[in-house]
Amino acid sequence: MSASPKAIAGYDVERVRRDFPILTRLIHGKPLVFLDSAASSQRPASVIAAVDEYETLHHANVHRGVYQLSQEATDLFERARERVRGFVNARSTREVIFTRGTTEAINLVAQSFGRPRLKAGDEILLTHLEHHANIVPWQLVAEQTGAVVKAVPMDRRGVVDVADVAAYLNERTRIVACAQVSNALGTVLPVREIVKLAHARGAVVLIDGAQAVPHQKVDFKALDCDFYAFSAHKMYGPTGIGCLIGRESLLESMPPWQGGGDMILTVSFAKTTFNTLPFKFEAGTPNISGAVGMAAAVDYIESIGIEHIHAHEQRLLAIATEKMLKVPGLTIIGTAPDKASVISFTLDGVHPHDLGTILDSEGVAVRTGHHCAMPVMEFFDIPATARASFACYSRESDIDALVAALHKAREVFS
Amino acid sequence: MDLKDLYREVILDHNKSPRQFGRLDPSDSSADGHNPLCGDRLHLTLRLDGDRVSDLKFEGKGCAISVASASMMCEAVKGKSREQVAHLFHEIHEVLTRHDAPVPEDLGKLAALSGVREFPVRVKCASLAWHTLNAALERSDSTVQTE
Ligand SMILES: Cc1ncc(COP(=O)(O)O)c(C=O)c1O
Repeated sequence: MSASPKAIAGYDVERVRRDFPILTRLIHGKPLVFLDSAASSQRPASVIAAVDEYETLHHANVHRGVYQLSQEATDLFERARERVRGFVNARSTREVIFTRGTTEAINLVAQSFGRPRLKAGDEILLTHLEHHANIVPWQLVAEQTGAVVKAVPMDRRGVVDVADVAAYLNERTRIVACAQVSNALGTVLPVREIVKLAHARGAVVLIDGAQAVPHQKVDFKALDCDFYAFSAHKMYGPTGIGCLIGRESLLESMPPWQGGGDMILTVSFAKTTFNTLPFKFEAGTPNISGAVGMAAAVDYIESIGIEHIHAHEQRLLAIATEKMLKVPGLTIIGTAPDKASVISFTLDGVHPHDLGTILDSEGVAVRTGHHCAMPVMEFFDIPATARASFACYSRESDIDALVAALHKAREVFS
Repeated sequence: MDLKDLYREVILDHNKSPRQFGRLDPSDSSADGHNPLCGDRLHLTLRLDGDRVSDLKFEGKGCAISVASASMMCEAVKGKSREQVAHLFHEIHEVLTRHDAPVPEDLGKLAALSGVREFPVRVKCASLAWHTLNAALERSDSTVQTE
């Protein structure tokens, strides 16, 4: 038996937990053990307060009024953009487009970049482990253009091999779209290598960073991909806001996606001239309080340090993997050597849906289902899995509560 | 919330050893049920003798609630007339969805399903088989979804 990995020096999880008011809640009379941060993480008080302060004191529409409040709102909104730019190291705020989240960001690229350029027979290359959000937008644009969607396979561990990516790339590949971290399996993909290979073939690369941004340092410039999509609500921010980071030269060359206010310079019935980046892609009144909250979430992550969060979560991943594998009949789905703190699993004789209900009765919140990755479920020939995922506020006793609840589930179904 | 209310003995038993499990061949009608949220799928086949469901079987994969519900349903419905089945469907629907609905005495074993109403997200699991039965009776071959 290997010893539990040592606590990360200086990481005081109890202190971190005090930042998250919701963690004091009781569920069915038991303390909440929240293990579904991969679906949506909880928010710290500082994010809640930033949104509240904006709504209470600074709200007006942005980019239009000359009055004080509108300027305050515009300042906060644009400062949020700069904050997010720094967080992922984009070259300029012209590369930072606010969207509703990852899903909208990917749809934007599929429709604004893909649709005008793709021709019949062109290929869009995905991987087998993608979230539906990184599959369906490409299928839609493929239908519209006659392009073909292909998926690089994975192995039984849930690993996508760079050599397979190379083998699937060809002169018809126009777009490569893949997750940096799989939400269903936890696999960390070798995205830097994938970008290099794709670029060598002249393909443009979109990275779905929804599950990466909360767990590891992301550097858009160093990654050298063309588009990067992520959501605030998985990184301690609000729902309904996220970002598309895009290479400026590409964004410049793309037509607007949606039309409306804010994305124009001049409108007449004869001709409309579009606004400059990033506003060209932000039609209509944006989610201002969401952006403010997203910036506060960046502040929060940086106040702890993403590398500290990463180390803490990796430690929990190791402990949880070891403890869970001791539960008879438990199988972990997704055993890549490089994983984020996501553990998908099945328990013999207990359907994941029943498992979810039994764990909930113990206050333990896990996700059950196909995790919006039906091709992954099909690959492993299972209808669903249960999934536990960890965040900065997860602690070792959460794992013990999970394991105890798993034993209870086995008892109910014995 | 009491788990024992949901996972009653009879439900666990029918989940473990489903009755009327399999496929009737030939059959007079069939239907597929699918709950995309949890991946539950079942295939129902039945034989009719005039107005009566003379036999029916189900197969598929699902959570304990959906399997037990299908199993108990097949057992209860076998030999019943369309009108009796419709009545039973109505009673089950009430019991599953109305918090204060009294549990009719004539439900027998099926009364065990009443525990599901304390778990609103699981109601769809329990009702999948019943909707599938309705579809088969309407001779529709389309896939039923509870979503
Ligand atoms: C890998 C991955 N991609 C995309 C998404 C979609 O994100 P959103 O629903 O915030 O648009 C998710 C969220 O579940 C995800 O995990």
